[in-house]
Amino acid sequence: SSWWSHVEMGPPDPILGVTEAFKRDTNSKKMNLGVGAYRDDNGKPYVLNCVRKAEAMIAAQKMDKEYLPIAGLADFTRASAELALGENSEAFKSGRYVTVQGISGTGSLRIGANFLQRFFKSSRDVYLPKPSWGNHTPIFRDAGLQLQAYRYYDPKTCSLDFSGAMDDISKIPEKSIILLHACAHNPTGVDPRQEQWKELAAMVKKRNLLVYFDMAYQGFASGDINRDAWAVRYFIEQGINVIVSQSYAKNMGLYGERAGAFMVICSDAEEAKRVESQLKILIRPMYSNPPLNGARIASIILNTPDLRKEWLMEVKGMADRIISMRTQLVSNLKKEGSSHNWQHITDQIGMFCFTGLKPEQVERLIKEFSIYMTKDGRISVAGVTSGNVGYLAHAIHQVTK
Amino acid sequence: LAAYRTDEGQPWVLPVVKKVEQMIANDNSLNHEYLPILGLPEFRANASRIALGDDSPAIKENWIGSVQSLGGTGALRIGAEFLRRWYNGNNNTATPVYISAPSWENHNSVFVDAGFKDIRTYHYWDAAKRGLDLQGLLDDMGKAPEFSIFILHACAHNPTGTDPTPDQWKQIAAVMKRRFLFPFFDSAYQGFASGSLDKDAWAVRYFVSEGFELFCAQSFSKNFGLYNERVGNLTVVGKDADNVQRVLSQMEKIVRTTWSNPPSQGARIVATTLSSPQLFAEWKDNVKTMADRVLLMRSELRSRLESLGTPGTWNHITEQIGMFSFTGLNPKQVEYMIKEKHIYLMASGRINMCGLTTKNLDYVAKSIHEAVTKIQ
Repeated sequence: SSWWSHVEMGPPDPILGVTEAFKRDTNSKKMNLGVGAYRDDNGKPYVLNCVRKAEAMIAAQKMDKEYLPIAGLADFTRASAELALGENSEAFKSGRYVTVQGISGTGSLRIGANFLQRFFKSSRDVYLPKPSWGNHTPIFRDAGLQLQAYRYYDPKTCSLDFSGAMDDISKIPEKSIILLHACAHNPTGVDPRQEQWKELAAMVKKRNLLVYFDMAYQGFASGDINRDAWAVRYFIEQGINVIVSQSYAKNMGLYGERAGAFMVICSDAEEAKRVESQLKILIRPMYSNPPLNGARIASIILNTPDLRKEWLMEVKGMADRIISMRTQLVSNLKKEGSSHNWQHITDQIGMFCFTGLKPEQVERLIKEFSIYMTKDGRISVAGVTSGNVGYLAHAIHQVTK
Repeated sequence: LAAYRTDEGQPWVLPVVKKVEQMIANDNSLNHEYLPILGLPEFRANASRIALGDDSPAIKENWIGSVQSLGGTGALRIGAEFLRRWYNGNNNTATPVYISAPSWENHNSVFVDAGFKDIRTYHYWDAAKRGLDLQGLLDDMGKAPEFSIFILHACAHNPTGTDPTPDQWKQIAAVMKRRFLFPFFDSAYQGFASGSLDKDAWAVRYFVSEGFELFCAQSFSKNFGLYNERVGNLTVVGKDADNVQRVLSQMEKIVRTTWSNPPSQGARIVATTLSSPQLFAEWKDNVKTMADRVLLMRSELRSRLESLGTPGTWNHITEQIGMFSFTGLNPKQVEYMIKEKHIYLMASGRINMCGLTTKNLDYVAKSIHEAVTKIQ
């Protein structure tokens, strides 16, 4: 007999599971619009030039492999904070923040979730937008918190349900935790406009909520790192001491290197030191200290002026290609003769697009056309190319006409 | 933190690692895409093969699974999280977890943070005789509630450097089988301890051959010198392939909310090395270089202490194995070493053998001699 007879087979991970099903498919026209990894116009993974250059510099330096400190590579965490906050940020210059290196976005979110579970005693409730990234819920749950939701996406218009969001947020009990996507909302691609962000900031301030920003796409959304961080910076300027998780998976293409960061804006530098000490106590029994490779690449890019400039151009290039695919998809749908309103495809921003397709339609796309996406109708626009956008439009039209 | 040092007191990037890194850097077909949740397949299979042996029946029968993890710590944590959720019932946080006295100080935190509420110690180090307290250990196992989890150091016990002999391991296994105790091995020094991968894996393989279901958290930090790349592997040995598949599917869920998928650089280096006969041979050679240097420092330190006539017995220095040695110095003597001689060791008297070099052996031996003769 076995200890594990009662262990159930876990359900396949909805997001990463899509890629695995795609790999098994033998249809030559297959498209993987599942996991959010950028592809170039040939449908190939794209290693940024600035990344290759940084790697060459690293190889030439012949450094040792000694353990990083628990909080990670200092040059990386400082540059990461500056990227999020802006070099002129009062919070950055005063040092009233702590940034620790995390295992990309997931690991950074998890550190934050564990920190909240241990130190945020006012509430166990985390309010997520409806919908949110599928992994948010299990991350917070495994950390020991409870999940609630606020209205966000309006399926009727495929855009932001702003009045619904404001209404729900106005009723959130004080001192609860609210999670906001800083830019390029995943999975919908629907972001608030700046005027709407201002109202959201005023509301969360009024309700005295702890704001947790998930910023996984800085630079990747609009092509402009400052514009994409606008909401985070605005909230801080309004006196809201936010906490933020950052990822370099998409904006630097460092997916498998797991480069990310978790940041807490504090009252002062002294508080930041105390927070940092507690974050380290959380990290050590998880994995002791973080992996160097990705953080070092990111650090070199952020801290070397030429490479930073090159990076900004390359991330804009990726964002621009995605924006152009959105445009082409809509025009192709019109050419197919679709009578539906597909404006949301170009209104939305970032890697993902909430097509509005229903589960049955998604099922047909997978089975009949070998076009893979998650059941919620989310497509990764990065998986669309000028070579396959016509096929995609055709297939979508077939299942929606 | 514990890391290997050369005879010049410098960190050492293994020559085979440098070679493989160059290969990786030159391979333009490689990119930075996500690894699967459980990690790089070639890494996982090879890592478990290293622990269990090429001819392991468990591997042949597919009774094993592997989870690439962030170092040995990450492997321990994923294993602990799984056990808390699925072992001995569902979410049974009351299952006792036994950790050796003493042990690596992070063991405790790993299991506490994974949710276990009842962490206990088992007798291990006998300070009086400077060796293993086997009887105390066996007694503790005999009295432990059935189904308790025991954290066992596969080799090179940290911090004492004192391992059970094969015969003692057999006695340990017999009690654990009788009492239905769960073996969770921590294998952070395979190859690094004796210089032989097989010798250092003997205990794990013996337990597998005795039919135990077990976990083995492996670290490649020391034996590959890949400290900051965070390369580890949790090897799961079960009773049949179906059980193991279900276990892995639940491990995936745990991994997904902890780090989603593991870092690729270190795993690539290890996988490339282990799957090439030539590189594998080079690696074993590099590992032996490190192990031999430590063994040499042990014998040199012992012989100096014995020549100096330092009071006490010093055979434990060479009988102990791995990176650390429990010298037997008491806290006052340790303070003397630190303050007067500027030799840094832990209050427990634990010394990192890697800190010894041919240049400082005389100084260290003389200092220990002074500490022991001047301070009681």
